Amino acid sequence: MSLRVVTPGPSTLVQDAGRPGLAHLGVGPSGAFDRAALRQANRLLGNPEDAAVLETFGGLTLVAEGRHVVALAGSAGAVLVDGSPMSSGRAIVLREGSTLEVAAPAHGLRRTVAVAGGIAVPEVLGSRSRDTLAGLGPDPLAAGDQLPVGPAGRVPPHADVEPTPRSGDLEVRLVPGPRDDWFTPGALALLCRTGWRVSDRSDRIGVRLDGPPLERRRTDELPSEPVVRGSIQVTSSGLPVVLGPDHPVTGGYPVIAVVRDADVDLLAHVAPGRMVRFRRAGPARGA
Amino acid sequence: MELKACGDRAILLDCADLDEALAWHAALSPRVEAVLGARTVLLRGEPAALRSLLVETRPAASDTARPSDQAQPSDAVRIPVTYDGPDIAEVATLTGLTTAEVVAAHTGRPWTVAFAGFAPGFAYLTGGDPRLHVPRRDSPRSRVEPGAVGLAGEFSGVYPRASPGGWQLIGRTAVPLWDLDREPPALLTPGATVWFEPVQSGEAR
Repeated sequence: MSLRVVTPGPSTLVQDAGRPGLAHLGVGPSGAFDRAALRQANRLLGNPEDAAVLETFGGLTLVAEGRHVVALAGSAGAVLVDGSPMSSGRAIVLREGSTLEVAAPAHGLRRTVAVAGGIAVPEVLGSRSRDTLAGLGPDPLAAGDQLPVGPAGRVPPHADVEPTPRSGDLEVRLVPGPRDDWFTPGALALLCRTGWRVSDRSDRIGVRLDGPPLERRRTDELPSEPVVRGSIQVTSSGLPVVLGPDHPVTGGYPVIAVVRDADVDLLAHVAPGRMVRFRRAGPARGA
Repeated sequence: MELKACGDRAILLDCADLDEALAWHAALSPRVEAVLGARTVLLRGEPAALRSLLVETRPAASDTARPSDQAQPSDAVRIPVTYDGPDIAEVATLTGLTTAEVVAAHTGRPWTVAFAGFAPGFAYLTGGDPRLHVPRRDSPRSRVEPGAVGLAGEFSGVYPRASPGGWQLIGRTAVPLWDLDREPPALLTPGATVWFEPVQSGEAR
């Protein structure tokens, strides 16, 4: 039981819940960029919520070797089975030899493709996620790959979901700190006032933003410190980078603010050229 | 130690130095997921719960927090190094030592793994000869070879694989720092004691 890759599109990666807790080895968490989509697509199929899925920009064509059931989440777009358009918010049955085409999303950026039983490539350090920074986990999909699929459970009969509509532009909430005091008093206000354009150099390591440089008050070197998914690092150019799932364990640039955890998933769906805005959320204590 | 916000799923303890960070790390890990930096400790979890936990926690006594104090001499990792790195003359100039004295300083005292980061298997080694404290290079190299041995600030480290890097490179080793077929795959894990040993070669003398 497997799926054969005909075309992988610009990039298709295997992802699951990643590798938390391995910082002592210098290994970052990685995992699905849109964790909500990972859970949603797996729930449609009766899989464990963190079963391995495919994270794709589209242009992905697979052939079913055996009967398979698949489901999509994340950015919305066309899905074809043997050339016929399918509704993407529910389980889709592929007969032996059927061709599944996952188009590039009409709005957004990344689509999540789950299969009943989960993608069953070997685990590396407890996860099937591809960590693009560390070079860990299964290689990006290539034409001709045979993706093993695990044994499927019972697919829930009536579940369906609406793919989250994506207007293209995005507003996310942030919590100031830990190093907002390394910047001039106006920098945080400028960060929250500006519409930031997503750079085409963005990837799973970080979403790079173009706009006015944020000015530092302290210019000394920051001793390496741990960062998290959503940390807004400001590089020596003064431009912000929102760290994604494949961020390093530690970083050497000051973090002016951190995007709220639930909102980081949304950043999986902003395409280069789109705008991101930040809105200040209180710290978790509500202060 | 000062508490810093770090989003809604973590907090950052900003410490005076590495020793204080190690002391807090020793007191809190493994009760909470704690990640060490050069003078910080990241705690993962709900920030209000972490703040409550900190109220009732004291840092570990400094004499037990340094990982080297718990290590047995027999556990030491020995890393043979050919000291022909492209920055060894620059390091000699910066430190006022001869290149032979740089090698003697680097190999003359044990180092300990304080924390990991940057890349899988990359360990920040501390506790070596303080005369070797040098700044990073002004402009990082776009490619550093695997096995390159470097210095930056109070730390020494070995690059596990080819990557960009800004450390001052003084030598190289053939010992694999990262091997997925080994358990654990990282040769150097926090707490380990490390001795560098000079490989005799024409260039290194």
